[in-house]
Amino acid sequence: MCLGIPGQIVAVTDADRMMAMAEVSGVRREVNVAPIAQGPLEGVIGKWALIHVGFAMSEIDEEEAAKTLEALRGLGEAQETLEAMAAGDAALEGTA
Amino acid sequence: MNMMPPKMRDQVVTLAHGGGGKAMRELIESVFTQAFQPDAMEDQARLMDAALQETGARLAFTTDSFVVDPVEFPGGDIGKIAVCGTVNDLAVGGAKPLWLSAAFIIEEGTEIALLRRIVASMVAEAERAGVRIVTGDTKVVGRGMADKVFITTSGVGVIGPDRNLRAENVRNGDVVLVNGKLGDHGAAILAARGDMALSSEVTSDCAGLGHLMESVLQAAPDTRAARDATRGGVASVLNEVAEAAGCSIEIDETQLPLRSEVKGMCEILGLDPLYLANEGTLVLFVPADQAEAALAAMRALPEGREATSIGRVGDAMPGRVTMRTLFGGARIVDMLVGEQLPRIC
Amino acid sequence: MKYADEFRDPIAARAVLDEIAKVVDQIGATAEKPVHIMEICGGHTHAIFRYGLDKLTPEGIEFIHGPGCPVCVLPMSRVDECVELAERPEVIFTTFGDAMRVPGTRKSLMQAKADGADIRMVYSPLDALEIARRNPDREVVFFGLGFETTTPSTALSIQQAAREGLENFTVFCNHITVPPPIKALLDDPHMVLDGFVGPGHVSMVIGVHPYDFIAEDYGKPLVVAGFEPLDLLQSVLMVLEQIRDGRAEIENQYARVVPENGNPVSIAAIKDVYEERPSFEWRGLGEIDASGLRIRPAYAAFDAEAKFGIGYGAGARSVQEPEGCACGAVMTGRIKPVQCEQFGKGCTPEMPLGALMVSSEGACAAYYQYGGARAVEPAE
Repeated sequence: MCLGIPGQIVAVTDADRMMAMAEVSGVRREVNVAPIAQGPLEGVIGKWALIHVGFAMSEIDEEEAAKTLEALRGLGEAQETLEAMAAGDAALEGTA
Repeated sequence: MNMMPPKMRDQVVTLAHGGGGKAMRELIESVFTQAFQPDAMEDQARLMDAALQETGARLAFTTDSFVVDPVEFPGGDIGKIAVCGTVNDLAVGGAKPLWLSAAFIIEEGTEIALLRRIVASMVAEAERAGVRIVTGDTKVVGRGMADKVFITTSGVGVIGPDRNLRAENVRNGDVVLVNGKLGDHGAAILAARGDMALSSEVTSDCAGLGHLMESVLQAAPDTRAARDATRGGVASVLNEVAEAAGCSIEIDETQLPLRSEVKGMCEILGLDPLYLANEGTLVLFVPADQAEAALAAMRALPEGREATSIGRVGDAMPGRVTMRTLFGGARIVDMLVGEQLPRIC
Repeated sequence: MKYADEFRDPIAARAVLDEIAKVVDQIGATAEKPVHIMEICGGHTHAIFRYGLDKLTPEGIEFIHGPGCPVCVLPMSRVDECVELAERPEVIFTTFGDAMRVPGTRKSLMQAKADGADIRMVYSPLDALEIARRNPDREVVFFGLGFETTTPSTALSIQQAAREGLENFTVFCNHITVPPPIKALLDDPHMVLDGFVGPGHVSMVIGVHPYDFIAEDYGKPLVVAGFEPLDLLQSVLMVLEQIRDGRAEIENQYARVVPENGNPVSIAAIKDVYEERPSFEWRGLGEIDASGLRIRPAYAAFDAEAKFGIGYGAGARSVQEPEGCACGAVMTGRIKPVQCEQFGKGCTPEMPLGALMVSSEGACAAYYQYGGARAVEPAE
């Protein structure tokens, strides 16, 4: 349910209608930014938001994203010795 | 080629241009024969080529109809596709494309200037591909009975005696190669159509593959089969070949050459790039020991600069295409059901 | 940071998978005695199959595919009403692509389009608004479907239409909400569930607290999860850790997108435009109290039900599900898609019998498309 994708707001296009241009991997689409707007609309420029059906639904929190990644990396580091062992197996299969 | 076209008073095509009278002759001469320059004004082309004389040479004959909305899009137009598509159908069978026919169904009200642009790009593309458009036809239909212009091209080429490319030849251990990025055409059309209000810099990959095929076959003479991945994308072509050859094909998600914009568009609309249409994407099946040579030959040409290997032929699940995902998981890549629809879920 | 590729790192995934295997062992779960984890959201179901996660996680975990696919739970009678609306000559019927192939009793929207109805696929309700502005002599109806994630978009579009005084734009509201069916499933004595992976994009709107009852009243853990494969794996790990530790909490794995209390602008827009229906029909689950929304009388001018006298409010007609269709049993986890007699025979993506085969989020379609039904050996 509910396909959503991170995009960056790059410009305000129609302040009356709360519309701005969002960019996802080089693809642009005009979106409504009402859910993430606070104060003057220009404030949304540069922000990353979760885009769903043409709306910037939620501002992405960089700090929280970093925390999640850190937790994942923590697991990864504990894993490094195992990875080194797995590298031997990978060499056997990766012949393409 | 740069002669001034005969004067035409009309700005748009009307039913009179399909009526068989003077107006029709004016349209045909001013827009079509002036550009295509057939040898004679006969109702059929008379073909002669030295390649036909060779013992064991076979004629290759193919036909395809082209409808695209919009008729002009970033990277090409319907005329360019109509030439490339048929040239490619010949080339991937190992044929040297020689002659094309072109039949036009034109909607009343279509701008003459648009027709001229389409015809000009057909002439340019035919020249690049080394083929001649030797015969043709036009019909005009009422408004709403067609969408601006539909084109059918048929092509004739010659397959040399030493060539035998076919899907049945593909076998366990072969390598699957593509000539470049996947899905550009589908993404460009999706954006150009405008109903999803997306914009991007992606242009159609629409290109003739004749020279590329020649070059590959020189470098990798035991190439088993080739396909031009169009509608239904690379996934459909792989499924066709897996079924015909009775082999399985395993592709590797990390190796798929995808432009970030194409990925982005797919993520926004919930589409799978493996099913996006292409118009200049060659999928090759070559023996493993000739894969490097085939890749090098492709990379030497602009239409193959980003050539890469995407997978291997195996025998684990005959007739099936599987993909090793980013995580080393595996999933089946099936034929497309109907058309891919944008989704929000 | 691009907030996508970082969460698809295969090396980190292997680490999480190993950790998952460890915790599954600690719990003592096996193929014969698995832990049952429901991913509520169809997007998660899709991701599990798309990335082959079902093949990578230990056999001791059994995923139950929940009811969080709005297309899958759409009763046939709603599709029939859509077709009826779309076939009115004055109407331009606009919809997300998802709804196009859902079978109705007479026909799907796709078939209605082929028969001449003016049906247009759009990416956003904003695009439907634009069509209304450009076609003042036509009635533009937008098919509002989806959960709390999508509800704000139609609410904000209706507010915008009201501000502009558009007289030819209506929404055919079939929005539904996530918590009530979860409660219904938990109340079902046949349901075996050890924990939930919660739909992150719903919580981005409503926050995490609407799920508190799952932990407090039913003693089950729920982790609100993101949609990248690493998000999903980490969330599964968090659910397993709670099970191992005997905890039942509502945790938030997707904090980068999900604020604890959701999005105030979206919540306010939903409250302004919509109100609860006393009950709403779900395909396969039947009537569920307070699980659907309708447009408030203040916005009746933008309500297709009020304007055209069609829909749930106007004498709900329940339609029999097709013979042999076991979507309901699949959706409640009673059987796996492959255990349905029609799976792959009378029901395929080409000719879907039940809704779970229509949407690519549907458990049956995901099984079929990505080979869940057939043996796909891991690549090693």
